[in-house]
This record gives sequence, C-alpha cells and structure tokens, in this order.
Amino acid sequence: MGAYLVRRLLQMIPTLLGVAILIFILFNAVGGDPAQVLGGKINNPEQIANIRKQLGVDQPYYTQFAIFVKQIVTFDFGRSWATNEAVNRIIATRLGPTLTVLIPLLLLETALGILFALGVAYVRGSLTDRAIMMACTVAMSISFLVYIIVGQYVFGFQLGWFPVQGWSDSFWKNLVTYAPLPIILALMVSVAPTLRLYRTFFLDEIHQDYVRTARAKGVPERTVMLKHVLRNALIPILTYVAVALPSEMIGLFLLEKFFSIPGLGREVIVAVERSDFPVIKAITIYLAIFTMLLNLSVDFLYKWVDPRVELK
Amino acid sequence: MSAVLSSIPVKAQTSSGLWSIAMKRLARDKVGVISGGVVAVFLLLILASALGLVARDWSTEVGVSYANPSFLAGRENLEADAVRAAKKAVAAPPVDLSDVDPLAPRYKEWEERTKQIKTTEIERSETLPFGGDKWGRDVIKKTIKGAQASVFVGFVSAILAAFLGTLFGALAGYYGGRVSAIFEWLYNVFTSIPYILLVLAFAAVLGKGLLTVIMILGITGWTGIYRLIRAEYIKHRSREYVRAAEAIGASHNRRMFVQILPNVTHVILVQLSVHMVGFIKAEVILSFLGFGVPVEMVSWGTMLAEAQNELVIGKWWQLAAAGASMAVLVTAFSLFTDALRDALDPKLK
Repeated sequence: MGAYLVRRLLQMIPTLLGVAILIFILFNAVGGDPAQVLGGKINNPEQIANIRKQLGVDQPYYTQFAIFVKQIVTFDFGRSWATNEAVNRIIATRLGPTLTVLIPLLLLETALGILFALGVAYVRGSLTDRAIMMACTVAMSISFLVYIIVGQYVFGFQLGWFPVQGWSDSFWKNLVTYAPLPIILALMVSVAPTLRLYRTFFLDEIHQDYVRTARAKGVPERTVMLKHVLRNALIPILTYVAVALPSEMIGLFLLEKFFSIPGLGREVIVAVERSDFPVIKAITIYLAIFTMLLNLSVDFLYKWVDPRVELK
Repeated sequence: MSAVLSSIPVKAQTSSGLWSIAMKRLARDKVGVISGGVVAVFLLLILASALGLVARDWSTEVGVSYANPSFLAGRENLEADAVRAAKKAVAAPPVDLSDVDPLAPRYKEWEERTKQIKTTEIERSETLPFGGDKWGRDVIKKTIKGAQASVFVGFVSAILAAFLGTLFGALAGYYGGRVSAIFEWLYNVFTSIPYILLVLAFAAVLGKGLLTVIMILGITGWTGIYRLIRAEYIKHRSREYVRAAEAIGASHNRRMFVQILPNVTHVILVQLSVHMVGFIKAEVILSFLGFGVPVEMVSWGTMLAEAQNELVIGKWWQLAAAGASMAVLVTAFSLFTDALRDALDPKLK
C-alpha cells in the first residue's frame, strides 16, 4: 500500500510537468509579451518592465520555462497583473466562498440523487419510471443559463425569497442568506443527470445474483433495496461523486458570476476578461494538482469501501 | 495518402451490410425517427440561413424598441414610448435664441446642406411575430441566426475533436508501447485540468472569435473520443483480418486507416453526435460569458446574455425563444444519439 502510494505520487510528476508545458506554451509562447498583452491596461512602464523581468521575456524559452517551474515548485506565482495583489493571497481569500457553496451542494446533490434514484429504481420499468426518465432528458436539455436567469428572476426578484445576489463577511450569513439560492438552482440542474446515472448503478446491482438470492429466501423488497442494493451501489456512487467534482466547476463558475460570489470561479472569469495571466496560471496548476490527488484518493476510497479491490 | 482515401468507398460498399441493418433498426425506432426529423428540420433551417434564404436581414431594426409579440399587442411598452417621446422632443422647434447665438447666421447654410443628404425614416412596427429586442430586431430571425452560429460551432468543433481523438486513439491503440505512452501522457495532462478551466485558459490567450471558439472546443475536447478509439484499436489490431492484411504486405497506415477504421466508424459517429450536443452547450456558455462569437454576430449565448437584463423589465420573449429552441434541439439530438447508438451497437444498452 505504501509502495503503491509512493509510485502513484511519482507518476504525478510527469503529468504535472505536462500541465506546466501546456500552460507555458499557452501563456508564454502563444500569449506573447506581457507588454503587448497589457498595452492599454497598465500605463505604468516601470510595472510592465518589472513583469517582463520577472518572466524573463528577453531570455530564451528554456530560461523562461525554468522560471515557471520554479514558481510551481515554490508555489509562488508572483503578483496579479491587474491588482498587484499576491496571487496566493487572492486564491486563499477566494477559496472560502467557493467551498461555502460547493460543500453543501455536493452533500445535498448526492443525498437527493440517491433518494430519488432509489425510488425510481424501485418502480423500474413502470410508466412512472419512464415518465421520470423522459422528464430528465428534457430537463437536462435546458441550458444551465436559463435555469439561473429564470431562477434568479423568480425567486430573487419577483418572490423576494432570497437576495438577488451578494455576499458578506460573515460565514453564517453567507450560508443562510446568500448561498441557498445558488445551491437550489444548481440542485435543480444537477438532479436530472445524477438521478439517471444513479438509477443505472442501482439497476446494475438489482440484476446481481445475490439480490435474487435475497428475494428467493423471502427478504421483503424494501429491505432488499435498502440493505443489499443501496450498500453495494454506494461504491460506484462515491467514486462518481469524487471523479465528477472537477466538472462540477462549470456550474460553480457560472453561479459565482451570476450571484457575485467572490469565489475562485468568478476570479478566473474576471482574470480571463482582463488578461490577468498569473492568476489563471496559478489556479490552473493548483486545480490540476487537486484533481490528481482527488483521483488518487478515489482509488484508496475504493479499496476502503470494497476490500476485494487490489491496488497494484 | 490519396490512394488511401480513394479506396475507402470500396470498403464501405463491401461492409454495407452493417449500415443497412443499422438504418433498418433506426427506422423501427419511433423516438429515433421523430427526433431525427426534428434535428433535420433544424439543420435545414440553419443551412437556409447560412445560404441567406432566411433571416438574412436579422440585424435590420424593423420594430420599435422591445416590440411586443403579435399575440400580446396591447401590452404597454414603456421603452418604445420613451424612445418616441425623446424623438418628439427633438422634433419640437427649439427656443429662439438667434439674438444671442453666435452661430445663428450659419444655421440656414447647414440646414440646406443637411437637406441634400437623403435619409429614409424606416417605418418601425409596433409588434413583431415573437417580439423584438432592444434595438427592435425580430427575435425569430435572431434566433435562427443564433442557431446558425451555435450549431456551426458545435458541428465543426465536434469534427475537429473527433478527428484528433481518432488519430491519436488509432496511433496509440495500434502501435501500443512507447507511442501509446506518449498519448496516454498527453491524455493525463489534458484531463487533469478541469475542463472549464482549460477552455477558459485557451480563451484568455486566443481572444474571441468564431474560429477561436472552434479551436478551443476541438483542441480541448478530444480526450473522450481518444479513450474509446484507443480501446477499439487495441481490440482490433490482433484480429485475423488485420493479420491477414499484414500477411499480404499492407502498410501500417493502410491497416490502421483502411482496414480497421471502417470497423470503428460507428463509435466515431455516435461520439460525434454526443460531442456536438456538448459543444453547442459549451458555445452558448462561452458566448454568454463574452468569450465566444464576436459582437457583430449573434448566437444563443449572446441572446441569453441580453435576456438576463430584459427579464427584469418584463421582456421575456428573447429568453423564451433562445432557451426553448436550444432545449428542443438538444433534446431531439440527445434522443437521436441514443437511437443511433442502439441501432449501430445493439450490444450496448
């Protein structure tokens, strides 16, 4: 197990190097000279000269790349081109709001998904089942944007149940006042695909031999579903939750933009708008590392919930 | 290469059995036929719009600002009233200041010169079939034009992604070993960055524009197809027919793209369809954020971006038009994809 962990961690190095090369090609080779990118955005020539010096623009590419690798290794990505704030400080302050929305969303989404999918799997093949599946397909086809626009208008503006947007300094106020509407809208969007997927997980288990055995010995259907099927289906569900976390971010980025939540997603969008390359570079590297560690922990999680799994 | 390409149709003919069976299966699937029909209608409409047959004049301001839909003709339209009031105020004769105005002697000359320039006052209609936007443009025409941009981007970038994914997957799966290791590494690199972040990073550097969006989505979206095609090639490379081709001296390229490729086309086709839906959605989001189509073009994404502010003043029709047409197309396309998959690969369920 220890050897496995070490090997997996070592395998991350080439991947991370690849990510660094990709980002480097994008921002240094394709993106070009910061003096050109920032022309008209920063009018202080001294500051631009400083940025150029930090990036080593006048040096050959391998020196520039070495500077970038050093930034990654020391986790010091310099200062934002737009606000001159330290990039690490920006990320540290934006992480809180993102997590305030992400964690409740993830918990609720998984719990509701399991609940609904179990219900649908219970009545599998019936008209209700097919109607719900059809409704899911339709619900999934409506753009996330439409959900947010209409939801914000109806619940925030018309009914006034929640503030239309905003954020405060107090964690509890954020969680109770500002986070609920974005979370509810994200749930409305994610419940259809989650339900569909979890239903197939449950159906896979329902067709297993041990379920038939349980039924044959007279276990009531309800117990079969809750005890045998649910427990075994939890393995793919847990994996899916972890693996899908990075892709959850699309929704999160949009939500933060719409609801003016000062989180990482909004930061990225703002950074792209004003060509603030250091911020984008840093967030990309951090999230890539996070994704890799997440995938690794999923494998260990797998081992933990299903001891038959061999880690090789 | 040309020899390789020209021999593909011959192969396709000999394997037409699979395709005709699949077509028959597809024709039996009622949901598949109907959804395929809806998709076809959309594609025809988009083709007509691209050729300039419909919605050519989408950017002409034919109505008053936020013109009401015809079925809501009586609805009050404060925005149009405000524009009209402003016009009336301009038309009213100004207070006579000629005794103190130093420019007064030259007014006559200027008036004569303005008269020489011909202007035509367009008759702005009070209502439009499905309402108008802020500038009084017809929402229906705008939606069709928007569909053109969104679907075009989705289609071309799906083809680009499928091309890259197939090429990489074929090379990695066929050769295995070191070649495979390189592509696996590339795959790991691309998938370790969250997709939206990858797209935004490309957008930050490449700027906006139709071609850029296609490039971004194509270059970042090949990983899923790569994975499947690689698995197919690993499965196929040691089959008897490939070994037989090797025995009669077929080159690696020939075996990869003439022998094996026709046998995995169904996978590519289904993936193309899956990715097109995904990319249409992605284009809408990119354009919405302002990183997509340029300002002089309209896409469903830019329409939704406008609709966000319109909804607050009660003008819901642009949102409804863009949202609903997108929902219909995406639903039909997804159902059609499912039907296609069932028809081409009945083993999968």
